[in-house]
Amino acid sequence: MRELALNILDIAENSVKAKASLVVITIEAKNNLLTISISDNGTGMDKAFLQRVTDPFTTTRTTRKVGMGIPLFKEAAETTGGSFSIESELGVGTTVTASFVIDSIDRAPLGDVAESAVTLLREDMDFVWVYTVDNRSFTFDTREIKKELGGIPIDSPEIISFLKDMLKENIESINGGIIL
Amino acid sequence: MKSIADIKAIRDKMQARIVNRDNSDAEQETRIVVGMATCGIAAGARPVFNEFVDLVAEKGAHNVKVTRTGCLGMCKLEPIVEVFIPGEEKVTYVKVDPEKAKEIFNRHIIGGQVVTDYVIGEQ
Repeated sequence: MRELALNILDIAENSVKAKASLVVITIEAKNNLLTISISDNGTGMDKAFLQRVTDPFTTTRTTRKVGMGIPLFKEAAETTGGSFSIESELGVGTTVTASFVIDSIDRAPLGDVAESAVTLLREDMDFVWVYTVDNRSFTFDTREIKKELGGIPIDSPEIISFLKDMLKENIESINGGIIL
Repeated sequence: MKSIADIKAIRDKMQARIVNRDNSDAEQETRIVVGMATCGIAAGARPVFNEFVDLVAEKGAHNVKVTRTGCLGMCKLEPIVEVFIPGEEKVTYVKVDPEKAKEIFNRHIIGGQVVTDYVIGEQ
């Protein structure tokens, strides 16, 4: 993956498949560490599957028996000197956390968070994105937005385009000139 | 800077249109489906999805829905896009990028002509 925002999108798509109703994504850049966490209340995994989940030949997909999403995310984090963990409980949900040492990366690692966030918008699921740089923070909560929309689908193209611009502007303001 | 408070204006504009919709409108809906599994995302599906969304919003194509699907089993041909137009056969486009997405939207979705160069089997 060229951007960590694509890894986030990929892992959150797994939450969609795991029938989660809520996914909370936190991105925090602080003290030379970029920490990303994706937490859902989906079906979760049993212990046996959880132990094998970082193996590229473990997957839930039926079209091909290769699953590269989690292994690539883990390797990306560990290559920078960061860490990776995954916790899951059957019937409760899953949390994936990865941290990246920013100085060990020779280009802006995060990529376009707004583009990833709007790609995930859907009516039957809610997302909360908490984006923090140092002590500045921005929260994007689809539950609040749906309340404002009063029945207009959040995945309508006009709404997606508006929310993408809103996210980009707010993220730029939080970044304060730092390119993540 | 845009905020949630600005949504009200868009909501009011869209509400009248939504009220006038009924089930027959949904049956007449064109669907653009983008493969968004790991293989699709890694190959560039995200900008393709967003390009279609922007084009639908820009052209006001209210009968067109852009959605996602998982792995279609042909990872090396990603990004894959399926187009469903009521009363017509499904068309599968492969190795799509934002430029091709624009062409598919203008020539096929708006103009009604399949862009055969990008259809599976022509690659």
